[in-house]
Amino acid sequence: MKPHLMMSALLAATPALAQTPVLTVYTYDSFVSEWGPGPAVKQAFEAECGCVLNLVSAGDGASLLGRIKLEGARSDADIVLGLDTGLVSDALETGLFMAHTIEADLDLPVEWNDPLFLPYDWGYFAFVGNRGAAQPANFRDLAASDLKIVIQDPRSSTPGLGLLMWVKSAYGEEAAAIWEGLADNIVTVTPGWSEAYGLFLEGEADLVLSYTTSPAYHLIAEEDDSKVALPFSEGHYMQIEVAGKLAATDQPELADQFLRFMISDAFQSIIPTTNWMYPAAIPDGGLPEGFSTLIQPEKAILAPIDQADALRDLALDEWLRVLSR
Amino acid sequence: MAARPLPLRRLTVTDTLGWTAVAFVLALILMPLAAVLWRAGGASLPAPADWAALHFTVLQSVLSALFSIALAVPVARALARRQFAGRGVMITLMGAPFILPVIVGVLGLLAVFGRSGVVNQALGWFGLPTLQIYGLHGVVLAHVFFNLPLATRLLLQGWQSIPAERFRLAASLGLGPRDVFRLLEWPMLRATLPGVAMVVFAICLGSFAVALTLGGGPRATTVELAIYQAFRFDFDLGRAAVLAVIQIVLVTLAAMVALRLSLLDGFGRGLDRTPRRWEAEIWRLRLLDLFVLGVAGLFLLVPLGAVIWRGLAGLDDLPPQVWRATCVSIGVALSSTAVTLGVALAMAYLGQRRQGVEVLGLLGIAASPLVIGIGLFLLINPIDDPARWAFVLTALVNAMAALPFALRVLAPALRDVERDFGHLADSLGMTGLARFRWLVFPRLRRPLGFAAGLSAALSMGDLGVIALFADPDRATLPLQILRLMGAYQMEAAAGAGLVLLTVSLGVFWLFDKGGRRDVDA
Repeated sequence: MKPHLMMSALLAATPALAQTPVLTVYTYDSFVSEWGPGPAVKQAFEAECGCVLNLVSAGDGASLLGRIKLEGARSDADIVLGLDTGLVSDALETGLFMAHTIEADLDLPVEWNDPLFLPYDWGYFAFVGNRGAAQPANFRDLAASDLKIVIQDPRSSTPGLGLLMWVKSAYGEEAAAIWEGLADNIVTVTPGWSEAYGLFLEGEADLVLSYTTSPAYHLIAEEDDSKVALPFSEGHYMQIEVAGKLAATDQPELADQFLRFMISDAFQSIIPTTNWMYPAAIPDGGLPEGFSTLIQPEKAILAPIDQADALRDLALDEWLRVLSR
Repeated sequence: MAARPLPLRRLTVTDTLGWTAVAFVLALILMPLAAVLWRAGGASLPAPADWAALHFTVLQSVLSALFSIALAVPVARALARRQFAGRGVMITLMGAPFILPVIVGVLGLLAVFGRSGVVNQALGWFGLPTLQIYGLHGVVLAHVFFNLPLATRLLLQGWQSIPAERFRLAASLGLGPRDVFRLLEWPMLRATLPGVAMVVFAICLGSFAVALTLGGGPRATTVELAIYQAFRFDFDLGRAAVLAVIQIVLVTLAAMVALRLSLLDGFGRGLDRTPRRWEAEIWRLRLLDLFVLGVAGLFLLVPLGAVIWRGLAGLDDLPPQVWRATCVSIGVALSSTAVTLGVALAMAYLGQRRQGVEVLGLLGIAASPLVIGIGLFLLINPIDDPARWAFVLTALVNAMAALPFALRVLAPALRDVERDFGHLADSLGMTGLARFRWLVFPRLRRPLGFAAGLSAALSMGDLGVIALFADPDRATLPLQILRLMGAYQMEAAAGAGLVLLTVSLGVFWLFDKGGRRDVDA
């Protein structure tokens, strides 16, 4: 905490409250929103830590990293929660994060042993469509079909970037050819996930790029089983969402306590039906009922963290070149 | 214009106020920009792809502005020369697209023109090929949808500035519609159209979500998206700032062209009677106006109907947070309206003597909200927690975004008042507050009401910079709509969109009506 904040906290609060430690966690907006995990997480952690959990929203995942870079070592944040695998190498390069001390037994489909960043949830990207409609089995089939898809712009959206990495990782040199094939299927490219999903629900496209877990929302929250995710034979690209501890934190123990709490049942059981992702460590109670109906990709794809940046730039140039024609 | 000697005391007071307002606007826009540049350690050159984005941005903005004003002229003329039941309601409702949050408006538009929209369904029934909305034409269509109402209202104001006596004179001279157009309407249009086009151009230049969503792909990349990319993808603050400066330069150039084109005198004063248009009372023109109003009404109101229809389904289970956000948004809207009116009036006074003040007013929509947001963050962060400033900053930034519209409405009106009655007031020694109270305010009430309504409604629907500073407990309604959409709750989001539309229109109507009380027959 910065001195000026400390001052205002001291001035504003009663003496008893002023001694309560405050843990500041920067995260993305949909985490703190009333419909996200934030409110329940705050309540559960404060019940056990004797502290105040201050969740600060900083836009979406990429803006979150931007904010940390803007603030540098002066940041008030103790923890940053909500970076995804596409941002981790970027975050690493800032040198602002420090290793955590958590020994975790995680249920991820891939190996994870990064010393700085600890996963809290994950998911597979997938095309989501309506039950009973045509279901191409891979990108080539999709490109050959006359199905219409909505995707997100990789420059402004995490799923958009995920799709870019998916095609590039699965097809390498041939990625450009795949995009050429997909060009006439793409209805439009939206700035973010919400717009794309909204367009799909309005019937503007047959398929939308989303997550394998999206049908679980409709099933559990709306008792609607009409949405399905399409299994692709290439395998599915993963998104792992992680949190990291800032080196400049003045609450290192509390920060570690939060990270431990983050992979405990109390936190993990909140994730499936608020973030609509898979918990990084499956809680004792298991997954909510509807999750068992979801497709299980045979192969999980994830670009190695140290190569992700170079691959990303290459793939973006390719994508822009092909689709700008 | 500037030649008339004015009482010295009044001149200094209004001058001081005017320059203060200018300094305030400059500080609010340029300081954040400078902060971003300073933090970046200097400017960096745009990437080659950014120039393509610039090209597309200018192209779509020019087309959008031209189509908007070309269509607004017949619509405004029809509204100006016809009196019919429901005219007032139609004018108010037609203004709705302009204040809708972008994504809500786009979804309404797609319900009509989209792949499974009513137009394509109708075409399908008749076995005709379907329309494809995605592409440059879709972007322009959407921008016309959003901006035609504004252009129409601004032009309508122009028509209302022609004194009724002129039309009476024209009728007694037996002039036909063509002569009335040549002698009365065309001079008014020459004076007003460039300014209206400039405002629409400036709005479209900053377009991001509309252009991308309806543009169909990365061909439709705008400068604002390039700024996003520079900040989020490459963390190149220098490039983001340079692109923001390019946007400002473009708007400034457009504004200078518009000012050069629109230099013209007014019509002199009238007795403020509602004009009767004898020359237009022939069946051919009646039919034409009916047709124009019918088409414009359908184009604007059917998508709006879709927004309402979608929203009604979502009203059932609207979460309580939406109502809290509504209260926050009303607070933001009223605060920023007060700021907008104060600054706009002060600048309008100054603008009577200083050409180009109105150009400064455009800075608010010319400047990239992302860059301004980052800059404000950089300025505040060393002193205090930016989240605590979320309300104030959102209100201020929204006020700046509404300023050009308020200025566009107030400046010509004030100019007319001072030109037509200034001598009389001077000779009566009417200065200061008395002059404002007895001369300016009564005559400015209609534009003031309109400007206040516009500012409030705009601020209500504007996301502004809140997303960067969001305080979980004090979200505005547009932010709450985005959050609902982000949480799969599209129906509730549509319901919240309807709440936003209703409240915005309500606030707009109250202000606008307040301004027109006792004025309209």
